[in-house]
Amino acid sequence: MEQSEQNTAPGLKAIPESATRQPQVQMPEPAAIRDAEQTAGLPAEAGVPIFEMKDVSIYYGSFRAVTNVSLTIYEHQITAFIGPSGCGKTTVLRTLNRMNDLIPGARVEGEVSYRGEQLYGKDVSPIAVRRRIGMVFQKPNPFPKSIYDNVAYGPRINGERNKKKLDEIVERSLRQAALWDEVKNRLGTSGLSLSGGQAQRLCIARTLAVEPDVVLMDEPASALDPIATGAIEDLMKEIKDRYTIVIVTHNMQQATRVSDRTAFYSVLVNPQSDTRTGTLVEYAPTDRLFGDPQDDRTKAYVTGRMG
Amino acid sequence: MAVVTAEPQQPDLREAKGWRRTKNRIMTTLMVVSFILVIIPLGFVLFTVIAKGASIISWSFLTGGPIASTVAPAGVGGMGPAVLGTIEITALATVMAVPLGILGAVYLNEYGGKNWLAALIGFMSDVMTGVPSIIMGLFIFTIWVLHFGLSGLAGAFALGCLMLPIVIRSSYEMLRLVPNALREGSYALGATKARVTVTVVLPAAIGGIVSGSLLAVARAAGETAPLLFCIGAASEANKNVFSGANTALPSQIFANANQPYVGAQDRGWGAALTLIALCFILMIAARLVTARFARYSR
Amino acid sequence: MSTVARADQATPAGSARALSERRPLGDRGFQVLALACGLLVLVILVLIAVTTSQQASSWFTTEGWKIFTNNWNPGANQYGALAFIYGTAITAVIALVMAVPVSLGIALLLTEVVPYRWSRPIVYVIDLLAVVPSVVWGLWGILVFAPWLQHIYTDIASGVKGVPVLDSLFGQPVSGASFFTAGIILAFMITPIVTSLSREVIATVPAIDREGAYALGATRWEMIRGAVLPHSQGGIVGAVLLGLGRAMGETIAVALVIGSSPVITSHLFAPGYNMPAVIANQFGEAFGLSRAALMGIGVLLFVFTIIINVLARGIVERNARRKRGA
Repeated sequence: MEQSEQNTAPGLKAIPESATRQPQVQMPEPAAIRDAEQTAGLPAEAGVPIFEMKDVSIYYGSFRAVTNVSLTIYEHQITAFIGPSGCGKTTVLRTLNRMNDLIPGARVEGEVSYRGEQLYGKDVSPIAVRRRIGMVFQKPNPFPKSIYDNVAYGPRINGERNKKKLDEIVERSLRQAALWDEVKNRLGTSGLSLSGGQAQRLCIARTLAVEPDVVLMDEPASALDPIATGAIEDLMKEIKDRYTIVIVTHNMQQATRVSDRTAFYSVLVNPQSDTRTGTLVEYAPTDRLFGDPQDDRTKAYVTGRMG
Repeated sequence: MAVVTAEPQQPDLREAKGWRRTKNRIMTTLMVVSFILVIIPLGFVLFTVIAKGASIISWSFLTGGPIASTVAPAGVGGMGPAVLGTIEITALATVMAVPLGILGAVYLNEYGGKNWLAALIGFMSDVMTGVPSIIMGLFIFTIWVLHFGLSGLAGAFALGCLMLPIVIRSSYEMLRLVPNALREGSYALGATKARVTVTVVLPAAIGGIVSGSLLAVARAAGETAPLLFCIGAASEANKNVFSGANTALPSQIFANANQPYVGAQDRGWGAALTLIALCFILMIAARLVTARFARYSR
Repeated sequence: MSTVARADQATPAGSARALSERRPLGDRGFQVLALACGLLVLVILVLIAVTTSQQASSWFTTEGWKIFTNNWNPGANQYGALAFIYGTAITAVIALVMAVPVSLGIALLLTEVVPYRWSRPIVYVIDLLAVVPSVVWGLWGILVFAPWLQHIYTDIASGVKGVPVLDSLFGQPVSGASFFTAGIILAFMITPIVTSLSREVIATVPAIDREGAYALGATRWEMIRGAVLPHSQGGIVGAVLLGLGRAMGETIAVALVIGSSPVITSHLFAPGYNMPAVIANQFGEAFGLSRAALMGIGVLLFVFTIIINVLARGIVERNARRKRGA
């Protein structure tokens, strides 16, 4: 079980576009990441680390659900988590905005830091965390309120009362989510009346309305038809330069289409206790992971599908 | 399977024969009969109440007063004081019991989870719905009336004790039905638990909660026993529900039912018709709310 | 694009305060409030037990175990309450004997026989039955039903005259307002709750068990006997117990039609009395020891109904938990 973060060796320029997105800084081991942090003031093309996970394990009670995850997620990139079901990718994602706190008995060991601060530090408020790190869920979950109230919900709980400002925010967010034109004349109708793809875009607009720093997406398109999926993917690429996106997906083609880096998770089966624990296998720029996977398990998963 | 005989025989696919079929029919008939056995008395009661009560119902009966003495013939006075009493006492009880009950249900579903205290409270709340309503009356008599005298307020306390566990149970069931995905969506936007509950969960469950509360109100409005020792027996309308003796429709019906005088009995029927109409309206309102919100929340 | 909504943007590494906020006061306060409301239930129950027992203490101390004798004689300052306990038990039994088969029949009708479309009106009728207030049952009971029943009772009584067991049950004395009448009206009143709870219980029987029975060629009744009833026995017992609790506590209708006569007799058509009824009828004018006695009867009633309800809910819970597999 190794992780490899390899720099761009010249030989990998086979796929041109992605090369421009590769961080030019070498980051081979965890130790060096801390050094890199201190140079984070560098101009944007250097990858600013947003999340750093070091030896993270996640427990539900005494059951170890995920073990030994170490990786760094960079600003303004789309990072994909892929892997077979049960491998812990969603669990790891939910760790990033402390949604796992809602599950009684859930516990995180190891270090998770967000822009240099310990996410699970003693005084850290999950509420504050979640205002900066938003989440879109697998199944669209619009509130049983009007479309307007759905999008305005976040700003309102943050204290925004000015009707004009709220109108602006709602329009801006719905435009960003590519939903404005479809609903601008019926903002008062119930959010539940939207189709699956529209509802998901509404949820995205709702998340964007509070202008988070990071947007986490848990299989956002898996409940949608291909056309709606395409719309979501285009949306992700459009907003990428204003947010940082981490997406869990079971669709490898989707990962290759949208993501800059991909993390492949897999399952460790413990024959004695008959339990399955998820773990990070390989993490690399997307083209590298799919084009030249280093770990055998990655190879098997990736090539098995792509033929 | 084909039986090999001289002539091919058709398989016998008719119903089970003989005794088995008869027994089945008997049982089904018995089940239908049970239902009829229930419709008949219900029909009789409703018919009688309407027939005997309709003749005395009039605007002056419903709003006029004071309440006639028992020997007075029908047509004297009215039930206005009792109508007012029922409305104000039940309303006060509702205002007390419903918010407290909803909050109790919020504790059980949102905060209590599976801990022992929540389990105990939920269990004892259900047990409390089985406590006879007269006990509530004796209780409030002891802790309130003995110190502060008879009043509509005391009656409202007693009715409130009656309503509380009913509202808790029905609100709890509604809160349970709210999908967790809604809570997660709200948490993910950085809401505190209180915010999540008040701005997303309660609005999502509000239809069922209102409907359940209306049914609790209907139950309370029809109760006599809790009021017996708490409100006294005023014959004039008492607009001040917080002090002074009061009266209510059920109390009047009870008082009149025991009388041999025709006038009193007529007044009893009139009050009964009024009371049943009130309870029915509340029940229908509850159904309408359920239907409307089922549509709204898909 | 600077709106208040933009929560203080992710601060660069080094500023430790951004992510730490203490838990907002409102959040904590709300939780405390909700807990307090939940606790209210327990507080009220305890207060009921304590305060009413206190009020009744003089009766308990004066009469001691004699409270369980059949000796209700206010004139002579004697307050043995056995007659009322007997009356409560008898009327409840009569009510259950009549209501349970009927309620089960309706519950089975709704779950097994009737197609969904027809079940709604039936449920409405049951709800209507539940909504009729106790005092209206009592009014109708004493003014209309009881006089009518009196004729029937008289006929039955003359019919069974001399017949060994039946005479002591259904023979003279006969009165429209009697144990039996109260029992019948109680049966009307507890049917809705027994029906709806039985329905819930029966509905938890897995479809697969029903289909298994049908697949063996069973008739519907055989399927019910073989698959449904064994499964739901526990829950139905719970439902019956709940009906029992309700029947014991129902006050006003009984107070009006039971006849107000504190006697212990096997004659079901005779006038009688029971615990809630005597409280309802006599508490208003009682004082001193008699008030304490009536309060004490209330305490006994409270204890009995709590026990029965705890049993009933416990059985229903256990049945439900077993079904859930938890």
